[in-house]
Order: sequence, then structure tokens, then C-alpha cells
Amino acid sequence: MVNETLAGISYNFVVSATAVYALALFAYVAEWAFGARSRVGRTVPELVMAGGGDAAVGGVGGDTNAEAPLSADGPGPDGVPAPDAAGVDRAERLGRIGVSLTVLAAGLHLAGVLTRGLSVGRVPWGNMYEFVTAGTLVVVLVYLALLRRFDARWLGLFVTMPVLLALGAAVTVLYVDAGQLMPALHSVWLVIHVAAAVIASGCFTVGAVLTLLYLGLDLRARRGLGPAYIGARRLPDPDVIDRLAYRVFAFAFPIWTFAVIAGAIWAENAWGRYWGWDPKETWSFITWVVFAGYLHARVTAGWKGRAAAMIALVGIGCLLFNLFGVNIWIIGKHSYAKM
Amino acid sequence: MTTISSGRTAEAPTVAPDLPDRTPPRLPELGPLELLRWMWRQLTSMRVALILLFLLALAAVPGSVIPQTPQNPAAVRDFVAAHPDAAPWLQRLGLFNVFGSIWFAAIYLLLFMSLIGCFVPRSWQHAAALRAQPPATPRNLSRLPGYRTFRTTAEPVSVVAAAGQALRRARFRVVAEPGTVRAEKGYLRDTGNLLFHLAVLGLLVAFAAGKMYGFRGSALVVEGDGFTNTVTQYDTLTPGRMLDPDQLSPFTLKLADFSARYLEAGPQRGQPADFAAVVDFSREPGAPMQTARIRVNHPLELGGVKIFLGAHGYAPVVTVRDADGAIVFHGAVPFIRQEPTSLASGGVIKVPDAVPEQLGFDGFFLPTAAFDPNLGPISTFPAALNPRLVLTGWRGDLGLDAGIPQSVYRLDTRKLTQLRAGSDAAAGPWRTALAPGQRAKLPGGLGSITFDGYREWVNLDIAKDPGRLPALASAALALLGLLLSLSIRRRRVWVRASADEAGRTVVELGALARTEAPGLDGEVDRLAARLRERLGVADGDGGSDRVLGTGTDLPVRDRD
Ligand code: HEM
Repeated sequence: MVNETLAGISYNFVVSATAVYALALFAYVAEWAFGARSRVGRTVPELVMAGGGDAAVGGVGGDTNAEAPLSADGPGPDGVPAPDAAGVDRAERLGRIGVSLTVLAAGLHLAGVLTRGLSVGRVPWGNMYEFVTAGTLVVVLVYLALLRRFDARWLGLFVTMPVLLALGAAVTVLYVDAGQLMPALHSVWLVIHVAAAVIASGCFTVGAVLTLLYLGLDLRARRGLGPAYIGARRLPDPDVIDRLAYRVFAFAFPIWTFAVIAGAIWAENAWGRYWGWDPKETWSFITWVVFAGYLHARVTAGWKGRAAAMIALVGIGCLLFNLFGVNIWIIGKHSYAKM
Repeated sequence: MTTISSGRTAEAPTVAPDLPDRTPPRLPELGPLELLRWMWRQLTSMRVALILLFLLALAAVPGSVIPQTPQNPAAVRDFVAAHPDAAPWLQRLGLFNVFGSIWFAAIYLLLFMSLIGCFVPRSWQHAAALRAQPPATPRNLSRLPGYRTFRTTAEPVSVVAAAGQALRRARFRVVAEPGTVRAEKGYLRDTGNLLFHLAVLGLLVAFAAGKMYGFRGSALVVEGDGFTNTVTQYDTLTPGRMLDPDQLSPFTLKLADFSARYLEAGPQRGQPADFAAVVDFSREPGAPMQTARIRVNHPLELGGVKIFLGAHGYAPVVTVRDADGAIVFHGAVPFIRQEPTSLASGGVIKVPDAVPEQLGFDGFFLPTAAFDPNLGPISTFPAALNPRLVLTGWRGDLGLDAGIPQSVYRLDTRKLTQLRAGSDAAAGPWRTALAPGQRAKLPGGLGSITFDGYREWVNLDIAKDPGRLPALASAALALLGLLLSLSIRRRRVWVRASADEAGRTVVELGALARTEAPGLDGEVDRLAARLRERLGVADGDGGSDRVLGTGTDLPVRDRD
């Protein structure tokens, strides 16, 4: 029934993915550190031309970063005196290594999720370990998707960090052996419901990362500090990040809505009521209402910007509490979705 | 001069996204009617809607933290016992039934009033907007966020014609005038938004109606026994307020067989793998009997009533003979599971007809019995692989005649004496562990008890919710509306063609979106490119593409 060999292989894939994410994070951090020391005086487009070849998927060649119009010879905006082209090059290379490592890790991660599913002959999102491994995969895939479309490598650092933490927790404390599910969980609606919930949670997480970044940069800007950099690249303006966060949330919200509806259909099939205020249901309702509030706040005078961002953070808090807190502290009908 | 904002408000009601909020709350000095109107305006403002949404989310929190009577009455009893000081207060505040409490209802009713007050005028405005034409071209297009310009040798008339054609092909609503084209697109966004809010309202109505006209109940049925859908046959029943309990659909059913399968090996040994019940039923008295299988997630539906499998367990079948050897009890007695994984179950057997004294037994049914040196008899597996019935006995007065309802799962031992293993005072309690078919003599010649075997029982959860399908339809419409609203951008494009001193034609394009519109830049770029291609660019003036580009989007990676 359970293919133990395959389950073992899956675990090794996930652990390796975790290790490679750690390396990727290391590369991003190094990019940041090198860039901070040497960044000035070069616009990124020039750099890219100098740097030549492209990285793997989502590589950064050919980007135009019109947002970094630093003059070629004058001092940088922070008054750092001299350009250090070699250092900038190195930072740029490290950033690209980070992206390549992220892609590699995502491949291992995907293999881990797939083999887990194959080992038990069902979809691999039946307990918390599986939910977290699948959810973090979505986070990384959303990042890579953004990277394909936008010049968004600066996100790498902020995405790999939480992913690494969550995966680390998954392979250590959350891990449960591959196994069969309770009969109530044998349902197509479960598959659909949890798949949608995993995808929405992953997107919400990316949105939260962007929101935190927005709040940080906004604070920086209000303090009158200059623009922020990762490596040689200037981070976009806070407003731009805020807008991107909105797009990610607006993408995730209907998926979450669908997940809640699918869950209700499943509950109706399993228990005879589509909504019964079970703690898990209650918290997904709370999450939904808070994000509806976020979408409202974005069009309400006086609530745009920071207030709306805080609401989104409350929403992500509710989402995480539903995922972890409710499973751990509160017992309901869902409690067999055990750790 | 026409500015951006006047461009936006050219058709004021639909354009300003957050109309009601602009005026800060100001207390009027006027009479009660004015006060009411002021309150209504506040209630239907976006800000108050936002606050009410928050209150709703906040109000739901205690419902997940404090045990709730409708969901888990036993947990509420335990909680009350554990917190004797706080419990009465929580009770008074309705915190044991948050979702049925007045204050929770107050919040969502206010929210839905706000929703209606917001929905109705917005629908009128949108209906008007659907019939209206795109607003006039702002005088100064270059102040719009999406602005492009170039010069061409083509006549203004052909510029207007080409622009109109291109915009129509892109499914804009277009009005062409001498020298200018105005166009708008994305009306479906607001239609979707209104649909969403209406559907949320519909969902609430369906939910409430389903509760009022439906019911939920459950009944424990032992294999071989039957169930008739009348009030008295339910162990618990929560009828909706508008439901006539005498009008339950008149089906009857008999539980022919219940079976559970468990994982037999591996770390999850004992975990259920599947449950199934076979029932013979008839839809109404006199109707032919039919047979159906009920499984988890696959309920049986009889005339809008759904029947689900709930908890299950064992009912040992016993025969009790009294001192005279007469059979005074024979039947299956449901035992309640004590331990969910091993299905060790506890229960009592009451024998009021025994003479000279009434008899009572309490004990355990162990489906797969084993002996643990520390714990004594235990069950190691939920299937009945090695069933044992472990009992102790009592004699005296069961207290059944007092007229006070008694739990069938508990002995009232106040007027009972426990049977002893021997006659001397030091003897311990009498106790027996029976395998199927075995009989035990009771001490003192009181008779005997035989463990004939066991049957399984299952709790049938029976529910009717006429609001189910309307709720599903509302939810689906809400999702559709949401997708339309969040994916479509309402946007306007204007093109102007005017002659310059050199006899060439200056083409200007301007675009404006009502809300955040990623991709608007690209859309205007494509339009400008198409026009350049169609009309030709006057030599030496390719024009400027991002005179005032929005510059607010992330730089997009160049791709081919
Ligand atoms: C049950 C309560 C409500 C819920 C769950 C809810 C939810 C939402 C959601 C999720 C959105 C964003 C998606 C979209 O644009 O369609 C939205 C937008 C909107 N809501 Fe609500 N809403 C509620 C009540 C209200 C009320 C009471 C008002 C009026 C005061 C209102 C006015 C609006 C407006 C004007 C928008 C459009 C925002 C835009 O143009 O982007 N909503 N609502």
C-alpha cells in the first residue's frame, strides 16, 4: 500500500531541496553583502551587457532596470564615492547563482512532492508535513513565475528565507511517515479543496513577503533614507512593490474563495452540512473576511497604503493560525488532519 | 483646462471609486429625519463597511476558541465544570453559541444592510453607465498617466478612422468625433463586482432559509434494527424554526449490515480504511423496499433528506437468566466507544425484569482483547478479532420507576449493591470476561449471563437543508463575479489628431484606468504601434513613447 522505498526517496529529495535552498539563500545574502560594499556608479543595464550570458530559467540577462538611473561617474545617491566594477560584477554573478540554485532546489522540491504522492498512491497533501512541503513549493513557483515576467530577483532573498524555515520545520518536527488517510478524507473534493488551499496559501505568503518589504521600504523612505539596494540593483519604489503585492493577493483571493467553497461541498458530503462553524471553517472564514477587508481598504479613502498593508498582514496571520494554530491547539472535526 | 480628475469625473457617479467616503463624518444640527439620513449615509459608506467586516471577523474568533453548544455540547459541559466562575458570564454573553448570538447577528445584519444600501445606488449608476457613452476627450491628454504621441502625414480624418477601427477591434466602446476618438472598455468589471456582492447576499439568505426550513438529527441504529423518520426515533433532533416536525418525509429503513475495514499493518495499524453500511429502505409506507450502500462521503439521499454515517461501535448481544432460570433479558446493547483507536467500548446492561431483584451490569467490550500487566484487559485493534465482554454486576433497584429519565449508558448505583466474588466481606467485586458463546454464573445463585455475540451499530446523521443548492449557486456566482471584478480593468482611451504648423498631423493617445491597471501601458503601446504602422510616421518624428509613462509598474522583462 505504502511504497516505503519511494517514501524514503521523497524524503531525501525534500531534504536535499532544503539544503539547496540554504545555498541559494547564502548566494542572495552574499550578493547583498558584496553589492552593499561595491555598488555605485553603474546602471544595471550596462552591467548586464558587461556580464554577458544568461542564467537558467528566470535568468536576469536583458533586463532593463530603468529604475536605477545612476550617473556613470558621479557619486551614488548615498554619496558613496567610487565605483567598484569588479565588486558589482561579483554581486551580479552571485545573484544569478542564487536564482540558478533556487531553480535547482525547486526541481528537487517538486520531485519530492511527486514521489511522496506516488509512494502513497494519493495526492500528497493529506497532513501538515505534506501541506507545508506542497505550500512552500507553490511559494517558490510563484517567485519563479514573477521572475519570468518581471525584473524581480530582489525577491529571492525574502522568499527563500521563509521557505527555508518552513521546510526545515517540515523535515524535522512536522514529519510524519507516508500513510493512508482517514475514510472521510477519501474524496475528490478533498483533493480539490486542499489543492486550492495550498495554492492560495502559497500565493498569500508571497503577497505577505511583498507587503513586509513594502512596509519596510516605506518606513525607510519616510525616514528620508535613500533607495534600498540588493547587490547592485536598486529595489523598486515602495508603491511599486505595494502594487505587486496587491496583484498577488488579488490573484490568491479567488483561489482561496474557491478553496472554501470546495471545502464546504466536501463537508456537505462528509457530514451533511456545508457549513458548521468548526474551528477550521471558522478560521478560513475569518481569513476570507479579512482579505475581503483588505481589498476594500485598497479602494477606501484613508485606508490605502499602509493601513491596507497591515490588514493584509493580519490576514496572513489568520491563514497561518488556521494552518498551524488550529491543528495544534484547537480540536474540531478537522483534527484528524494530524501533525 | 480639463485635468485628469475632471476627466475622471466627467461621468461622476461611476468613476469615483469611493464616493461616499469623501465627506468626513460631521454631526448635523437638524431634526430626527436628518439624523436618520446621516446615519444611513454613514452605514453605507465604505469605511463603515470595512469596520463591519472587521468586526465580523473579530466576532467569529471566540466561536473557535470557546467550545460551542451547537457543535460540541459535551465540551461545553466540561468547560462549564472547569470554569465555574467565568461560565455564567460567558453564558450570558452568548459566548457558548457565538454564531447564534444576538450580537453576532447584529454585526452581520448591519453589514448586509450596508451592503444593500451600497448595492442599490451602485446598480443604478452602473446601469446608467452601461448606456452612457465614453466621456469627452480631456483637453490635455499629456497629463494622463498613459500618454503617447507621434506625428504622421495622414489626414486627421484617417487617423480618427484608423483609431476607431483599432479600438473597436479591441472591443472598446467607441465614439468617433471630428478630430478625436473616445473609447471605454471593461464594463464587465463593475457588473462582476455587483454580481459578487449580490451573490454574497444570496448566500446569506440561502444559509438562513436552509436553517429555518431544514433539520439535523442523529439516531443510533444497531444492525438488524430499523429506523422510521419520525421525531420520536431520533436521539437528537434540531428542527428548523419553520419546519413542521410532523411533516418529516416518511421513509423507513433497516440497517442490514455495517462493516468497517482497518489498516492491518504498518505504523498506522488500526486506522480506519473504509466504512460502509447496507440499508434496506422504503421511501414511504407501502412503497417497495430498496437496498442502498452508504459510505463515508457517499450519503443516501431520500427526498431531500441525506443520511450519513456517523460514529460507529459494537453492541454485544447478551442473554440474562434470573434465579429461576427464566430468560429475563435478551438483546443487543450498544456500547459507546471509550478509546477511538482501539474501539474499546463501555456500556451498561439493565435487567429490570429479573427476580427477586433487578440486575445491572457495567463493563467493557474489547474487540481485540489482550491482557496488559499494568492496565489489565485492553483492546489492541478496532476490528472484532478476539472479542471479550468484561463485566461487573449489580443488584437492587435500578431506579427506572422513579419517572426520571435516565441515561441508557449509565447505571444509577445509588440503590444498587455490587455483586461480590465470594460471600465473605473481604471478597472483591465479581467480575467476568466472556468470549462469544460463553456463559457466566452470577454469584449467590442470582442467575447467569451469556455473551451470545455482537452486532455493530452506527449513528445515522440525518439532515435536510433546502438551502443547499441555492447556497451553492450563490457561491458559484460570487466566485464568477469576483473573477470578473478582479481580472478585468475598466479603462478609457482617447485619441486626438490635430494639424501642426508644418501641415503634419499630431497624434496623441491618452489612457486612464479607474483602478490599478497593470498592463495599461502595454495596451497603449500596442495601440500606438498599430497606428504608426497603419498611418506611417512623418519622417524624423517617431514620437515619444513614454512621455509620461505611468512608471509605476515593475519593469517587465523583455521577452520575444
Ligand atoms: C458581506 C460584506 C461584503 C463582502 C464580503 C465584500 C467583499 C468585497 C470584495 C472581496 C471586493 C473585491 C472584489 C471586487 O472588486 O469585486 C469588494 C469590492 C467592493 N466592495 Fe464589497 N464586500 C462587502 C460589503 C460591501 C459594502 C457594504 C459595500 C459598500 C459600502 C461594498 C462596496 C464595495 C465596492 C465599492 C467595491 C469595489 C472596489 C473596486 O472598485 O475595486 N462592499 N467587496
